[in-house]
Amino acid sequence: MNGLRNINVSLYRKRRIVNFLILTCSILTTLFGLFWLVWLLATLFFHGFKYLDLSVFTQPTPPPGESGGLANAIAGSVLITLMGVLLGAPVGVLAGTFLSEYAIRSRIAPVIRFVNDVLLSAPSIILGVFVYEIVVVPTGHFSGWAGSLALALIALPIIVRTTEDMLKLVPNTVREAACALGAPRWKVTVSIVYRAARAGILTGVLLAIARISGETAPLLFTALNNQFWSSSLNEPVANLPVVIFQFAMSPYEDWQNLAWAGALLITISVLMLNIIVRTFLRTGK
Amino acid sequence: MAKDMNKDNSKSQPTLLERGFASIKQNGQAGHQIAGPESLPLKMEVKDLDFYYGKFHALHSINMGIPEKRVTAIIGPSGCGKSTLIRCFNRIYELYPKQRATGEIILDGRNILDPKEDVNLLRAQVGMVFQKPTPFPMSVYENIAFGVRLYENLSRQEMDERVEWALKKSALWKEVKDKLNQIGTALSGGQQQRLCIARAIAVKPEVVLLDEPCSALDPISTAKVEELIDELSDDYTIIIVTHNMQQAARVSDFTAFMYLGKLIEFDSTDKMFTNPKRKETEDYITGRFG
Repeated sequence: MNGLRNINVSLYRKRRIVNFLILTCSILTTLFGLFWLVWLLATLFFHGFKYLDLSVFTQPTPPPGESGGLANAIAGSVLITLMGVLLGAPVGVLAGTFLSEYAIRSRIAPVIRFVNDVLLSAPSIILGVFVYEIVVVPTGHFSGWAGSLALALIALPIIVRTTEDMLKLVPNTVREAACALGAPRWKVTVSIVYRAARAGILTGVLLAIARISGETAPLLFTALNNQFWSSSLNEPVANLPVVIFQFAMSPYEDWQNLAWAGALLITISVLMLNIIVRTFLRTGK
Repeated sequence: MAKDMNKDNSKSQPTLLERGFASIKQNGQAGHQIAGPESLPLKMEVKDLDFYYGKFHALHSINMGIPEKRVTAIIGPSGCGKSTLIRCFNRIYELYPKQRATGEIILDGRNILDPKEDVNLLRAQVGMVFQKPTPFPMSVYENIAFGVRLYENLSRQEMDERVEWALKKSALWKEVKDKLNQIGTALSGGQQQRLCIARAIAVKPEVVLLDEPCSALDPISTAKVEELIDELSDDYTIIIVTHNMQQAARVSDFTAFMYLGKLIEFDSTDKMFTNPKRKETEDYITGRFG
């Protein structure tokens, strides 16, 4: 109570007004951002659920005017994405490990880090054209493998970056403690540091999956699309993003409806992935 | 002054208290219970050791002998090079670029700073416990078994026995015997540090380096660790870095005082705390600086 005598009332009131203004502004801007997101999701859910039925998962993409589903595109997307991650994740994790654990004395590490950052922000269409040039042109046809490779190149820098960041979060004292027991460096990395950072590394891989599962541009140049079921990754493979692109731009209403359903599917799966990542990070710590 | 130091801890650890008084009583009387470092068999010998962090010259030609199966404390103000010195004893500094040591550290007749020395084998022989507890993200059992498995091929039963032995030695067995499969990081800070000590002695090193092992611990855990050090000195050569002079007085047989990267004085703990030869030592011990 004593202190109140020293309070400058007008100063205090002014601070409360400023506080109120800033709080209002930040709430309003948050609402502004959320408004568009909610609108987008609401539209997507409204249209998407209307056309989402069992046949979407069981029947392949139809010619215009006939009934059909997205089954071949869903399977193709899962396959291309999976292969992309299988190609990108081991390289990414190992490269991140090199940068974090082994490159302290190396002069090439900053160069790798810089190139990786460039790759991280490279427009995905460029990677698509690149793979088109090195795989599609020499082999003479579009293929699922080319699509997986393009997606792997997009996933790679994300995984390198998150792996390095997550490994760097492991305190050096833990590495010292393991080394002090006489453990060789690789053993320290594999048995101790990976174990401490595994939730983070897995998060990076999952985020990379979320990122590449919606990529369209690189697939246009590589996997292209397929009206039918593909028997192997050596031929063009149907995939959701390109199907959505093609169907949504088409003048046929049933194609457009399927595009809505496909867009909803991708959105939900990316959303689910993100939720899994969050819960994973929480339990991992 | 030394008596005051011991009063603070009279409740938590009577045995060490008695020992502390015993050493004080001897002050000024003829004949010490413990002889000077020179007359004992030496486990390690430091010769003209210089250490650099990049261009910064952190240690200036250190010369000292570490007596076998005794506790040697290294004291001194912050930044004087205590930790730097013991980080040379297992070459753990090599994890970082730009850190280098010159001179010799002789362990059992060989120079461990020799580039040909296998650092992994060296570290199995010279264990270390750090300032902050560093349990690995695995079970209590696995924390201890990890180091043992690196150099020994034990059966399940032998490993069980080794883990139990190490945990008993570090006075942790009673508290964790029912939660050996629990993750090590879930233990309390004091338990974690004793787990780290158990982990270090489980590989049966000959020398144990303790880098301010109690600085993150509460008084009760500190007392437990100190009792442990006392007990371990029967079998191991122990070198402890500490900020806490009372701790040095309580647990060590010999004390080295460092200042500004130089070894100022090194003698039996009794002499150092009651009758130091150098003015700097006296000033530090009586609290005039540092």
